[in-house]
Amino acid sequence: MRELHVDKIIDTVEKMVQDGNFDLGRDVENAFRKALSTEESEQGRDVLNQLLENVDIARRERVPICQDTGFAVFLVELGQDLHIVGGGLNDAINEGVRRGYKNGYLRKSIVGHPLERINTGDNTPAIIHIDIVEGDQLKMHFAAKGGGSENMSFLKMMKPSDGVEGVKDFILECVKTAGPNPCPPIVVGVGIGGTFEKAAYLAKKSLFREIGTRSEKEDIAQLEEELLEKVNKLGIGPQGFGGRTTALDVHIEIYPAHIASLPVAVNINCHAGRHKEAVL
Amino acid sequence: MATVKVTTPISPEEIAKLKAGDQVFITGVIYTARDAAHKRLVELVEQGKELPFDIKDQFIYFVGPTPAKPGKVIGSAGPTTSYRMDKYSPTLLDLGLRGMIGKGSRNQEVKNSMVKNKAIYMAAVGGAAALIARSIKEAEVIAYEDLGPEAIRRLQVEDFPVIVVNDTHGNDLYEQGAAKYEIVD
Repeated sequence: MRELHVDKIIDTVEKMVQDGNFDLGRDVENAFRKALSTEESEQGRDVLNQLLENVDIARRERVPICQDTGFAVFLVELGQDLHIVGGGLNDAINEGVRRGYKNGYLRKSIVGHPLERINTGDNTPAIIHIDIVEGDQLKMHFAAKGGGSENMSFLKMMKPSDGVEGVKDFILECVKTAGPNPCPPIVVGVGIGGTFEKAAYLAKKSLFREIGTRSEKEDIAQLEEELLEKVNKLGIGPQGFGGRTTALDVHIEIYPAHIASLPVAVNINCHAGRHKEAVL
Repeated sequence: MATVKVTTPISPEEIAKLKAGDQVFITGVIYTARDAAHKRLVELVEQGKELPFDIKDQFIYFVGPTPAKPGKVIGSAGPTTSYRMDKYSPTLLDLGLRGMIGKGSRNQEVKNSMVKNKAIYMAAVGGAAALIARSIKEAEVIAYEDLGPEAIRRLQVEDFPVIVVNDTHGNDLYEQGAAKYEIVD
């Protein structure tokens, strides 16, 4: 069985969290440029230009794109034929986060108890979702998830009779309610089906997809396109100052549902969709 | 929509000239405070105690910056979402706070308080934190160091860019902007 030492995981995570916060993905940057060519609002174009300038400064000077360097969220695919040695996987990821946020001068944004609210001082613990898959590799997807957009997220246990029209109305209502708060232009992540927690997880997972990618399911891909068009008719625009670019994309993930249930979760991402991926 | 340069502190008469949608460049001192610092400030007011800085005619910036790299004044420093401060802002506006800088909508109570007290709310571009930091020339923690990123800092800024969202006349850029560009099928 293939062995992987935790030291390798720690080093990789330390680098990922820094690179993720300094170097915005090209998919997001390209989406800004595309939006710039279609945005009618002068203030909207001004915002998009500032975001592009900001991305450039952050990348060149290796400073955070946003001061909210996020909750460190990991989607991990652990190959069932891989043996991790030298310690625990969760501990290794947290140690990488600890080192990365300290050595990279990233903000420590986590409080240890949600009611007592004392900062843990090292941005741990991370949020870690582990999926066991075939193979002998460890694949880690990291996202720096900002609090402002995370707060503008919603979940509704809808009725099967609400149907697709009800689902669309709910998603649009969420985006409208969020308005300027989550730093538009946003990415709208949607999870439909499963149970309460599965829908929320799917919405989060959908945000890890690159901007511009479509669901493999044809009907869902069409729904993504339709909702993107509808969201961008709301007029909220870049930073909410008014304009055509409210969302850069809408991503939807689905799962089988109970005969009684139609859970719908909407998880919003700000424009600074900071992701990194590593395979060990 | 005009482009205006202002210097802090600023009088109620001067602030009343700024309109929703104006691009404003701020020079002077501004103070940082976000969730935890606001809670403490309002507790001080409730106890009849003095605030750690003179708030009259000043601006508060809702921000928790990243740590400064060696040789730098401050790290990245963009605005945080403002509605979480809605519970506290009217108390500070009543004490003469002249402006708030953040991002996102304020509730009706804060809007009413701004009209009553002649104060405004401005938005900095959320997520443009590395760019915004360039207009911050000095930074010093003046209270609540234990709060880390949430400590109160005195910032010396030069041509710090913001857009007026709520003016002293009750206008709201977010409402006006969305209404202008909304397409109803």
